[in-house]
Amino acid sequence: MTIQTLEIESQTHSAGSDAKPLGAKMEVQNMSVFYGKFRALTDINMNIYANKITAIIGPSGCGKSTLLRSFNRMNDLTPSARVEGSILLDGRDITANREDVVDVRRRIGMVFQRPNPFPKNIYENVAYGPRLYGIRRKNDLDLIVEKSLKQAALWEEVKDKLHQSGLSLSGGQQQRLCIARALAVEPEVILMDEPASALDPISTLRIEELMHDIVKEYTILIVTHNMQQAARVSDFTAMMMIDEHRSGRMIEFGETKSIFTNPKDKRTEDYVTGRFG
Amino acid sequence: MLRKTFETELQQLKDEVLVLGSMAEQAILNSVEALKKRDLKASEKILEDDRAINKKRFDIENQLMILIATQQPMAHDLRLLASTMEIISELERMGDYAKGIANINIRMGDQPLLKPLIDIPRMAQKDVDMLHRALTAFVNEDVEAARVIPAEDDEVDALYNQVYRELMMFVIQDPKSIERANWLLWVAHNLERVADRVTNICERTIFIATGEMAEIKSTDDDFWKNQS
Repeated sequence: MTIQTLEIESQTHSAGSDAKPLGAKMEVQNMSVFYGKFRALTDINMNIYANKITAIIGPSGCGKSTLLRSFNRMNDLTPSARVEGSILLDGRDITANREDVVDVRRRIGMVFQRPNPFPKNIYENVAYGPRLYGIRRKNDLDLIVEKSLKQAALWEEVKDKLHQSGLSLSGGQQQRLCIARALAVEPEVILMDEPASALDPISTLRIEELMHDIVKEYTILIVTHNMQQAARVSDFTAMMMIDEHRSGRMIEFGETKSIFTNPKDKRTEDYVTGRFG
Repeated sequence: MLRKTFETELQQLKDEVLVLGSMAEQAILNSVEALKKRDLKASEKILEDDRAINKKRFDIENQLMILIATQQPMAHDLRLLASTMEIISELERMGDYAKGIANINIRMGDQPLLKPLIDIPRMAQKDVDMLHRALTAFVNEDVEAARVIPAEDDEVDALYNQVYRELMMFVIQDPKSIERANWLLWVAHNLERVADRVTNICERTIFIATGEMAEIKSTDDDFWKNQS
């Protein structure tokens, strides 16, 4: 078993000016994920720090997305999938069967690689989640829609056309709409699976800026193939690779500034310098 | 191999640093040789050559900027490029020390040397010897060598001390010799500084190879303590 412990230079991190002590929002303990007999992930141990951005990097097929999907039990949707070990959210194991999956997914939202707005108008895209969780009053919903779109840095662009289809927006705007949709149910953690890989460079930077803006209130995990993006946006980086059994393992976890300037593991070095992967 | 082009460019970069290094080495040796022979023409040539050193440094700097902009270096590559930026600046400054020595020779005009040069050429030889090995260590990322070379700075400091004491004796015996003694003291001082900059290059080499950024202890402080 490999435990990814982290030596942090200080208990506060410099990404934001507000120097709050680091606290683990989520803790992954000895987690393995199986698809039938195949062990897709082996012995993952890591902390996800509150109000920080953690990037998961690694070559294709190393289990990054599987890991991300474990965090809000998306793997439950795959019939043969099974999780061993635990994932604690504020100290409570969310992998336990007794946990309410719907509540877990409200607390841990997700944004996908391709923007996937509902075929509804912009307003309804954002109001959909809160309505599902029982908010009915129009005034309340209006406030949530406006707040979420503002947080997603989309409000100014769409405030006069809230009743147009979400699909009428550009790709970058659609992705920000999906982020607004995720924020509308006030999650605590946001999982992002390659959120900018289908976007142009300007839209990509917009998403990255937005991540910086909202991380004060949320905890973000991002899977990315783009090393420069991981280096730019994240506070912590987890490097994954497959082992000889083709099972994903976390080989290094640390502060992003260390991973990209002086990684400890030769395989991380080779990956971030583009020598393999 | 992935990134073959980048690897080739990094190798070319190191080769260019070696070229700049050998230009600095030559300038140091030539400047002292010209002084020893009181060859003003040779000193004029050193001033001219220094412009070539400066140009070479800017060319390498430009090459570095292009590599950083186009290759987005990370980890070891990033440390190599950032450190090379420092190293070429050290080499360029060594060229300036040689230029300083050439200028002293020119300003001395037709005045004879206060004394025959013995320790000053030794200092120059030791500097160049250290520099050459430091650059070899840089190219090979030889941490062992890079850790050992800076200690030899003590030899240069000892020679400087000796030159200093000797020149002070001349000044005490004949205060009129003060200007000529001062010129030689500046020459020795420049050569002493070269060895310090070799230490900086060694520090960078260790950083490139290990990521460890540490200052190698200088014995210069002891030298100044001894003077007081």
